[in-house]
Amino acid sequence: MAERSFAKEVKKLKLGAGEEFTGEGILAITKALLQCGVGYVGGYQGAPISHLMDVLADAQEILGELGVHFEASASEATATAMLAASVHYPIRGAATFKSTVGTNVASDALANLSSGGVTGGALIIVGEDYGEGSSIMQERSHAFAMKSQVWLLDPRPNLPSIVAAVEHGFEMSEASNTPVMLQVRIRCCHVHGSFTAKDNKRPTMTVAEALENPRRDTQRIVLPPASFLHEKEKITKRRPAAIDYIRRHKLNETFGGNGPVGIVMQGGMYNGVIRALQRLGLADAYGDTEVPLHVLNVTYPLVEDELVGFCADKEAVLVVEEGHPDYLEQELGSMLYKAGASVKLEGKGLLPMAGEYTGQVMLDGIGAFLRQHAGDMLAPEIRAPNVPAPPIYDDLARTVPARPPGFCVGCPERPIFAATKLAEQELGQHHIASDIGCHLFSIMPPFELGATTMGYGLGPASASAFNSPDAKRRSISFVGDGGFWHNGLTSSIGNAVFNKNDGVIVVVDNYYSAATGGQDILSSRANNRTKSTKHPITEAIKGMGVNWVRHIERTYDVGAMRDALKEALTTEEKGPKVIVASSECMLNRQRREAPLKKKMAAEGKRMVKTKFGVDEDVCTGDHACMRLSGCPSLTVKHLDDPLRDDPVASIDENCVGCGNCGEVADAAVLCPSFYQADVVSNPTGWDRFLFGLRQRVISTLQRWRERGRPVFGEQAA
Amino acid sequence: MKLGLPEGPDTTGRIIKICILAVGGQGGGVLSGWVTDVAQRAGWHVQSTSVAGVAQRTGATIYYVEMMPRDPARPHDEPVLSLSPSPGDVDILIAAELAEAGRAVLRGFVTPERTTLIASSHRMLAVSEKIVPGDGRADSDTVIRRAGEAARRFIHFDMETMAKKAGSVVSASLFGALAGSGELPFSREAFEATVGAGGKGAQASLAAFALAYDRAAGTTGDGEAAVKPAGARATVIPQRLAQGWQALLGRAAALPEPVREMAEPGLRKTVDFLDLAYGDEYLAQIERLVAADNAGQDFAFSREAAKYLANAMVYDDIVRVADLKTRAGRADRVRAEVKLADSQTLATTEYFHPRMEEIVGLMPAGLGAAIEARPGLMKTLNRFVDRGRRIRTDTIHGFGMLWVIGGLRHFRRSLLRHKVEAAHTKEWLALAEAERARDYALGVEVLKCRRLMKGYSDTHARGQSKFDHVLACLPLLRGRQDAADWLRRLREAALADAEGKMLDGAIKTVHSFTDGPAQNAG
Repeated sequence: MAERSFAKEVKKLKLGAGEEFTGEGILAITKALLQCGVGYVGGYQGAPISHLMDVLADAQEILGELGVHFEASASEATATAMLAASVHYPIRGAATFKSTVGTNVASDALANLSSGGVTGGALIIVGEDYGEGSSIMQERSHAFAMKSQVWLLDPRPNLPSIVAAVEHGFEMSEASNTPVMLQVRIRCCHVHGSFTAKDNKRPTMTVAEALENPRRDTQRIVLPPASFLHEKEKITKRRPAAIDYIRRHKLNETFGGNGPVGIVMQGGMYNGVIRALQRLGLADAYGDTEVPLHVLNVTYPLVEDELVGFCADKEAVLVVEEGHPDYLEQELGSMLYKAGASVKLEGKGLLPMAGEYTGQVMLDGIGAFLRQHAGDMLAPEIRAPNVPAPPIYDDLARTVPARPPGFCVGCPERPIFAATKLAEQELGQHHIASDIGCHLFSIMPPFELGATTMGYGLGPASASAFNSPDAKRRSISFVGDGGFWHNGLTSSIGNAVFNKNDGVIVVVDNYYSAATGGQDILSSRANNRTKSTKHPITEAIKGMGVNWVRHIERTYDVGAMRDALKEALTTEEKGPKVIVASSECMLNRQRREAPLKKKMAAEGKRMVKTKFGVDEDVCTGDHACMRLSGCPSLTVKHLDDPLRDDPVASIDENCVGCGNCGEVADAAVLCPSFYQADVVSNPTGWDRFLFGLRQRVISTLQRWRERGRPVFGEQAA
Repeated sequence: MKLGLPEGPDTTGRIIKICILAVGGQGGGVLSGWVTDVAQRAGWHVQSTSVAGVAQRTGATIYYVEMMPRDPARPHDEPVLSLSPSPGDVDILIAAELAEAGRAVLRGFVTPERTTLIASSHRMLAVSEKIVPGDGRADSDTVIRRAGEAARRFIHFDMETMAKKAGSVVSASLFGALAGSGELPFSREAFEATVGAGGKGAQASLAAFALAYDRAAGTTGDGEAAVKPAGARATVIPQRLAQGWQALLGRAAALPEPVREMAEPGLRKTVDFLDLAYGDEYLAQIERLVAADNAGQDFAFSREAAKYLANAMVYDDIVRVADLKTRAGRADRVRAEVKLADSQTLATTEYFHPRMEEIVGLMPAGLGAAIEARPGLMKTLNRFVDRGRRIRTDTIHGFGMLWVIGGLRHFRRSLLRHKVEAAHTKEWLALAEAERARDYALGVEVLKCRRLMKGYSDTHARGQSKFDHVLACLPLLRGRQDAADWLRRLREAALADAEGKMLDGAIKTVHSFTDGPAQNAG
């Protein structure tokens, strides 16, 4: 079950010709795939394209009706390899993943796919996660397009343009026998807009038909001598075909007037460029401008004559290209030089080499370009602005706390790291290797555990050098269940077994690929109608050859978790020590249970709801509990008591009763302020009787004691 | 004053730019969806974007909406709208939490010539604010002051509490405040239609919307009147204790005003901890200190003594915890917190983890000390004691056990822990008095160091160790004009982190006074 249900959105996928589709960019892409008669789709989840996978997963009925096969691929490499179905068969296929992390994983398959080429259109939709909100290292997908000779689309960030890019992507792929990458940036994936829908199309050939009529062509298989021919074919046949397609269908767009300067940009940068021009007084709300613009909806390959032509009558041209290296600028520079052009080429320099091209960056860069090369176009107050420096709020900067992402309320991973901290308190600090996933939040306060993260499923692999008989300490490495199935089982566990690694490996099993939105994976415990789940991680690990395996079935048992870690760190046993720590992702658990509980309550069935609390008069305000938790619902509050200096712990109403506070207080021997309150709705007769009886006895005891002492009202004057 | 680059010839004046800053999980997505919807219903052009991903997990998140009325002259043209906010180019900024409003100002999204800032003034504390052993909370006043300076218009009130009152969440009251601000040219009904279309929870959302609408539109008062916490009880003094209690109260009332403010709650605290005689013991000490104190200093020493002596005398032991957890008032508070309905039943479980150290504290002083003197025996006995215990205080057995332990308070004076605490208190007070004689301000600061003593078991030990470390610097500070100030700095350093890294640094600095030439000595 994914984090969001798209059941409602999925209906939009059924819209017919002429109807207006309104929704998110990512959903528009999904609809466009169906309109193009795609035969099979797959991919690996990850922001910003998780929703695409989730929508497809929820849309399987519609896909089934159309004869479209959907695959929740094991990894991006798997997803790209799947496109092999388009090598010999005229079936359109699409794969999607987050880039550049996914593209890195996929690049083996990508290289082979693009070497042999395709018959049916093969589209790779990459969610470019660059800039604010990104959770990964900052790189460009562009490099992959260049090195593998696949074509890269980077459409203007509005729904009609994205939808058109999907359609052209397939056609261009078929026209040039080359896979095509469609790059959509994170905000574009989530942009809300509309386009006019077309009817969905059944694939011209389904995978079933292909299976029943197998084809092969040795010339398309990557093995010498065919592969030598592929290398030449990419340049002599496929690339010219692509350029011809781009030119014929005018995929790149030219806007604006006939000014002395021009701007060449990636399609994805268009809205940002227009906003800068609007703020400079050179474009209206609809993007009409006097400044000549050349929009590259295809950023690879470049169409030389179009570009040289655009620059021909200009004095200066600015390239707006986000990220580095400056591939477009270099290539354009080379083209212009060879053409003997005298136009002044600007780009990186006026605009920053690295980092996101935000509104301010665009305004500054484009403003500087126009002031230098076309000052006459600007109104006087903009040509020489008299702008006071923005005020400096030093005190505010010191006041506002950083707010990095962290574990959710009730997250089952929090106690794992609390236990790790407690184990380290006894055994000293260790080298800890982290992995990709929610568990990477361990590197942030309050835990501050973990030294590196090297890639999905590569946590234990990244600790593999730390295997020395001379050391008295072992390394600890983490890997999530998502990373484990993605490639951790072989790259990390298998590697550790084979190399007799003596380290400790913790597999964080939360029943989902949680960080990407809660998709099911092999070890998920849910019943999934279309996928096979419930494959235990422990069995896979044992099957891989690990002898020392411990399974913590409830991560909230901080004491047991700590003891398992201590044992793993100190046991005489050789080889990898693997602890599988399992508890369901709380976000998904709440999403799963909330409707059930609501239903039970409505039906009058007995139901227990747990919440934790803090006795504020017992709490001394040291906050040791928070240094082992960081739970958003465990917070502090100031008491209205002149005798108290420091705020005390307090648990807000978002508490889901996971029990971590109490368990941590117990395992770390903190303080007895925590209590657990279990509220029983619709209690049975026996419940009621017992509760009444107990309450009567307890009240009697309380009254008895109160008769002998002053009882001070709370906050009494 | 104009900030950022000027608009020049206004070509985008009709585009309204709205930015929403929230903390992951606050419903920023719902809010931006509503803002989009209300514009769509009015037939406007509208575009919204967000950056989801890991930022959803309790981090700061940002949503962005641009909208524009349709131009009858260009019915088929679509405007080109930006996908992200720019500094100096935001018309309405909505912050779902106060620190996020501060962050918006820092990022330049709030500017005096155009931005209306709508912020809920409540705080959701960041981890860094919570893990400080002392008080690490950011200063809300600074944020409010700066936000007020930075914004063209600043609407702020506690929309979180308001939403809760209506049984809803902050996104609903934020939307109400946006509607009530009048910054968007849509009718109240249009906004309400958007909320009402939400299906489940729409009633509560509409109620929260209405409260915030009225407040932002200025049609109601502050609506934040302090509510008496549920479960509060009146003070009841048994007949036979009334006279003695009145006598104590009379003595406290006779203290100079600055002292009285602390002595009255201090008296209640000490009597509550043990009995009237303990309160008498407390007052006697305060009276003695006041007699020797100086009205010219505003009785600062006695005032701090009244505060910290009460805290010192009311140490945290198992008896006190058991006593607090078995009171009727506590039961009421728990019920109020979980909003227990009459039709429901409640079970409460207490998380205890006593160790032998705490158990010997409960023993008669002689016996306890004898056992404590034998580490081997302590270790052996600890094996039976040292483990987590879950005690059900809703059952007769569990409650009864704690009730009995709570009753041990009558014997406290003879117990080991009491002797230890009393001796420690005496020593500390004597030290403070001695310092006062030489340097009044330093004496006051010595008293305040009691703040470092808190927590249970290891935490308590760590507090005690910090307390000792800070006071160990006294000999280095005595005689310096800035001695009191330095002791304060040491104490604050000790409260800044758990491991005492800041304290170690501060102590090193103090040591440098004596090692090097004493530049500051007066």
